[in-house]
Amino acid sequence: MTISNASPVTLSTLSAALHNRELSSVELTTDYLNRIERHSDLNAFITVDPDSALKQAEEADRSIATGNPGPMTGIPIAHKDIFCTQGMATTCGSKMLEKYISPYDATVVERLKQAGAVTLGKTNMDEFAMGSSNENSFFGAVSNPWDKNRVPGGSSGGSAAAVAAGISPAATGTDTGGSIRQPASFCGLTGLKPTYGRVSRWGMIAFASSLDQAGPITRTAEDAAIMLGIMAGFDQRDSTSVERAVPDYRAALDDSLDGLTIGLPREYFDQGLDSEVGDAVERALHQLQSQGVRTVEIELPNSMLGIPCYYVIAPAEASSNLARFDGVRYGYRADNYQDLNELYCRSRTEGFGPEVRRRIMIGTYALSAGYYDAYYLKAQKLRRLIANDFEQAFAHCDLIVGPTAPTTAFRIGAKTHDPVSMYLNDIYTNAANLAGLPALSIPCGLDSQNLPIGLQLVGNYFDESRLLNVAHRFQIESDHHLQQPTKV
Amino acid sequence: MSDWETVIGLEVHVQLKTASKIFSGAATDYGSEPNTQACAVDIALPGVLPVMNQEAARMAVVFGLAIGAKINQRSIFARKNYFYPDLPKGYQISQYELPIVAQGQLEINVDGQLRSIGITRAHLEEDAGKSVHEGFQGATGIDLNRAGTPLLEIVSEPDLRTSAEAVAYLKKLHSLVRYLGICDGNMQEGSFRCDANISVKPRSSSTLGTRAEIKNINSFRFVERAITFEIERQIDLLEEGGSVIQETRLYDADRDETRSMRGKEEAHDYRYFPDPDLPPLLLSDQFLDQVAASLPELPEARCARFVSEYKLDPGEATKLVDDRAVADFFEATVKDSPKEAKRVANWINGEIAARLNRQNLTISDSPVTPDLLSKLIQRIADGTLSGNTAKEVFSALWEGERDVDQVIDDKGLKQITDSGAIESIVDEVLNGFVDQVEQYKSGNTKVFGFLVGQVMKRSQGKANPKQVNELLRNKLG
Repeated sequence: MTISNASPVTLSTLSAALHNRELSSVELTTDYLNRIERHSDLNAFITVDPDSALKQAEEADRSIATGNPGPMTGIPIAHKDIFCTQGMATTCGSKMLEKYISPYDATVVERLKQAGAVTLGKTNMDEFAMGSSNENSFFGAVSNPWDKNRVPGGSSGGSAAAVAAGISPAATGTDTGGSIRQPASFCGLTGLKPTYGRVSRWGMIAFASSLDQAGPITRTAEDAAIMLGIMAGFDQRDSTSVERAVPDYRAALDDSLDGLTIGLPREYFDQGLDSEVGDAVERALHQLQSQGVRTVEIELPNSMLGIPCYYVIAPAEASSNLARFDGVRYGYRADNYQDLNELYCRSRTEGFGPEVRRRIMIGTYALSAGYYDAYYLKAQKLRRLIANDFEQAFAHCDLIVGPTAPTTAFRIGAKTHDPVSMYLNDIYTNAANLAGLPALSIPCGLDSQNLPIGLQLVGNYFDESRLLNVAHRFQIESDHHLQQPTKV
Repeated sequence: MSDWETVIGLEVHVQLKTASKIFSGAATDYGSEPNTQACAVDIALPGVLPVMNQEAARMAVVFGLAIGAKINQRSIFARKNYFYPDLPKGYQISQYELPIVAQGQLEINVDGQLRSIGITRAHLEEDAGKSVHEGFQGATGIDLNRAGTPLLEIVSEPDLRTSAEAVAYLKKLHSLVRYLGICDGNMQEGSFRCDANISVKPRSSSTLGTRAEIKNINSFRFVERAITFEIERQIDLLEEGGSVIQETRLYDADRDETRSMRGKEEAHDYRYFPDPDLPPLLLSDQFLDQVAASLPELPEARCARFVSEYKLDPGEATKLVDDRAVADFFEATVKDSPKEAKRVANWINGEIAARLNRQNLTISDSPVTPDLLSKLIQRIADGTLSGNTAKEVFSALWEGERDVDQVIDDKGLKQITDSGAIESIVDEVLNGFVDQVEQYKSGNTKVFGFLVGQVMKRSQGKANPKQVNELLRNKLG
């Protein structure tokens, strides 16, 4: 078997080919390393480690030969550069950690390694996961394979671009306010943010601890089910991970959709939504209806408060989480300083980019004496109201469906001077993070400029199986997820 | 009586005696090579997360129950944010709005006056590392071994009025935490540290004066001196028409004075907020019951029991229970011979205490173990040893001998109780000191003591003094 560009490669087809010895992991890995090289203009990777990848591939081939392969044995993948990888640079897209090498693996990395996956390298991202376009990376912007003048979305932009361009079969991402789903939407992929606590955060560099969750970026819902099954599970090193059995996500993929009720939040279909995106979402809903689901209109009255709420809580937590990057023990340290205060100020001013500095300042302000009640505490109350909205909505439906992002991928540079319009990219996604709910984005068509449009499905707590089931059935009866950028 | 009234509140940092740190698995041993006891979590590498050490929570509950406090079955960890090189995360994980222990009290005794001192709260937090300023050519070294060591910060109400009360409160607290087995109490190593908040006000006024906080005082003596100095400084200031400013001060033991460290305007805004990495600390009823059942007998109760059960004087009993290990030592010694309790108490409070004190040892270091002391006292009780010979045996045991009877044999210290043997010595003495015998018979009874002494001398101190007395008296008629 050779990997063709004609149809997208999935984890399940690769796994079958490896198990049937149609190709070896070394061949497969070599092929992907070559592809990464050919598409280096996308700037999807910050670090590629061919030697390590090939060594892992050889080991995978041996384990296939001895008949003891794991569910992902021999399949190359890429990790967002927010996950700590032992012996390989972990930069978090920042000058601050340009040369940082972790002495340990993140739980997500460890679990995928144990399942046999081969790590190709680390993907580009917005610095410390702060951004919606991947333009905030110290290592430069990433191009969207569908149109190289456009952004891939962010913050997991490198992971999405890599999978869309076919230079990695799948990748990990993290999602604090939409950072998996929005890039998946912009790049025509399946991206899943699990329930908060489903996947361990150990070794995942914290942006906003109460919102961060790791998840897969893949071609198909089936691939997402395979990856999530490996990534999910309790980890005693993360006190916020939940001790709860991990279901067999693949087992439920083919369940019938008959009798399912989908809630349509009135607020997600308002004037801010691009009409082409709105139309594609409508068509997707018609398809789902034809597959047996019923739709009801629901209300999420506080959902539009999600952006202000999010942009207080996330920066507040970030301002504290990023305090450890002080130039004292590791990471960037300024060359010239007269005293301790100058060491701090210069190292942090020079080591962090403008968006990170902006959010540290916003967060510090929101937590400071005299403002705490008006900002942080108020935002926490809003967060509770937003979660209550969902709780009430789920009394009337099994899942909630709407657009993932208000538009398709925008041009590089189009929003860099207007942080607020950039923040509005998260308008449909960050409520799931605030409430801690699982949510997934799948492709549901292309706009007139041949750019992918994403459909978002939000489920109830720990109902990832249902999300994957609906997404899979949708994909069986459509070909949006099979579309590939023609230019690569 | 002074026109000024002093108001003192104390914050005590008690290092909890857990084997590992409060949020990581690293060891908490003192004095290891710098940075050998700091794991990825302690040095705050990217991606690490804290996991609560349940043993630290248990110890906090033990303390709370011992002071009759309210235990919050749901308490919250918060981040206290500030930059300092020995604070690796740039924040300290502490408890702010909802501490694990609230509202308790401690009874103190100053010159026979009993007072109940309120304890506002006790909360769990992690210690920071240490900055090392010597040996780095003008630069500063950071040792993170201590970073993440569990602390219980115990905050008193402003109920204390004098430096003597403050010291009495601290000593009581110090004894209690060691009693409870939650702290080793080593003040030199920083296991028990104190910050004092001090203000003075006119006695007639009901509003508190402006307070100054004195940081990190690490001995009882310094606490007393620092507070005394600070009270005088504040009164002098006010009497001269000045005013006290709210500030943090440092006590300099060499100069015996406090001096300003930082003012109110330089005070940190710690930006406390609930730590999103740690869920609320929940304590079940069952857990609290278990801890309550495991509480050791507290000093007051034990003292009362020693008086009633062993018939000790209250003074002796108080000395014994002051240190739990000493009280345990006492009970281990009297276990087999409760009738000898008074004698045991005398030996522990006397000979053993003196020697430990001289050699700067604690009771657990005593070479004379409860078993050996018990055996020694048996030999006194059964008449084998006299008070003096017992001290000689004790010395040998202290030097490392391990068999009481062997020592008695080797040294030939066995008391002579054979009346025939004693009688022959008595006869020898009576025949040898004819003059003295005559003096006695003519009414000079003082000479009796001399004759007893001669018998004891000839027996090398081994003759039973009681028998010697009786025989002499009989023979002298």
